[in-house]
Amino acid sequence: MDNIDRSIINQMQGGFPICAEPFAQVAQELGIDEDLLVSRIDSLLANGVLSRFGPLYNVEQMGGNYTLVAMRVPADDIERVTGIINNYQEVAHNYQRDHEFNIWFVLAMATPEQKQQLLAAIAAATGYPVYDMPKIREFYIGLKFDA
Amino acid sequence: MAIVNLNIARRQLAPDSDELRLIKILQNGLPLVSRPYAAIAEQTGLTEARVMELINGLIHDQTIKRFGVVIRHHEAGYRANAMIVWDVPDEQLPTIPQQMLQFPFITLCYRRPRQLPEWPYNLFCMIHGHDRESVQKNLHVMITSCGWRDIPHAILFSKRRFKQRGARYISHAV
Repeated sequence: MDNIDRSIINQMQGGFPICAEPFAQVAQELGIDEDLLVSRIDSLLANGVLSRFGPLYNVEQMGGNYTLVAMRVPADDIERVTGIINNYQEVAHNYQRDHEFNIWFVLAMATPEQKQQLLAAIAAATGYPVYDMPKIREFYIGLKFDA
Repeated sequence: MAIVNLNIARRQLAPDSDELRLIKILQNGLPLVSRPYAAIAEQTGLTEARVMELINGLIHDQTIKRFGVVIRHHEAGYRANAMIVWDVPDEQLPTIPQQMLQFPFITLCYRRPRQLPEWPYNLFCMIHGHDRESVQKNLHVMITSCGWRDIPHAILFSKRRFKQRGARYISHAV
């Protein structure tokens, strides 16, 4: 990533214009050519710095259901447990963290009813309790991120 | 891969509605062409103006939370990712999150249920940084300047990321 990539990311995290020629507008704001802007976005997507270009949907708004799940897993059993968890297609993110509660993953489901079933299945398959921590309220989503 | 089917009843979208077709096509991302909305219009059989109008509407009703780029912090050089969890007295919710979001390094802030007695924390926020030291420094600045030394908290740095994907909500087969 160079300064052009960083300026593109910073500019576009705040939103992408909805007009006939949006790339031309962003390019002009950044003082670069439209072709350069498009090829940089293409590369940033290809090398994984950007996971997505377009809309980020509100899954709850569309009737879906998210939750954050925590587990306490002994260090020598983490490989087995994460292997089981990551096989579920409903698991969107899974992180090992430095804490007694060391496994943290996000479940995305079509309906709230599926959640209890999935949580029970994961607890049974891994042999450890699962702690369901759904969001009660979202206070903020950072739109801007200084790359 | 479909993991969540659109709840059509809740959004009151007919299966053949323009919005639903647009939502499905847009989840693949915006095409990297000079007139992306015209390209989407061609795929959906709508006009370019109608596509833009519908996208504006979806942003307005918050079906679309963000419209732009979504960054993978680790690939962008943000190697340290900390979830900071707080045991905030209920009466201080939501004044503390309002203060938190004044700090540009706070990227997410959620209230979640405590799981007593094992888990006393009810407020979660994220800080991304180039390294653990810079995250610790930012956290320290926030705690001291807001006077939060008495609020119990824990820092959970990420050690490993097993899986991160952009969730696909809607089946192409719908």
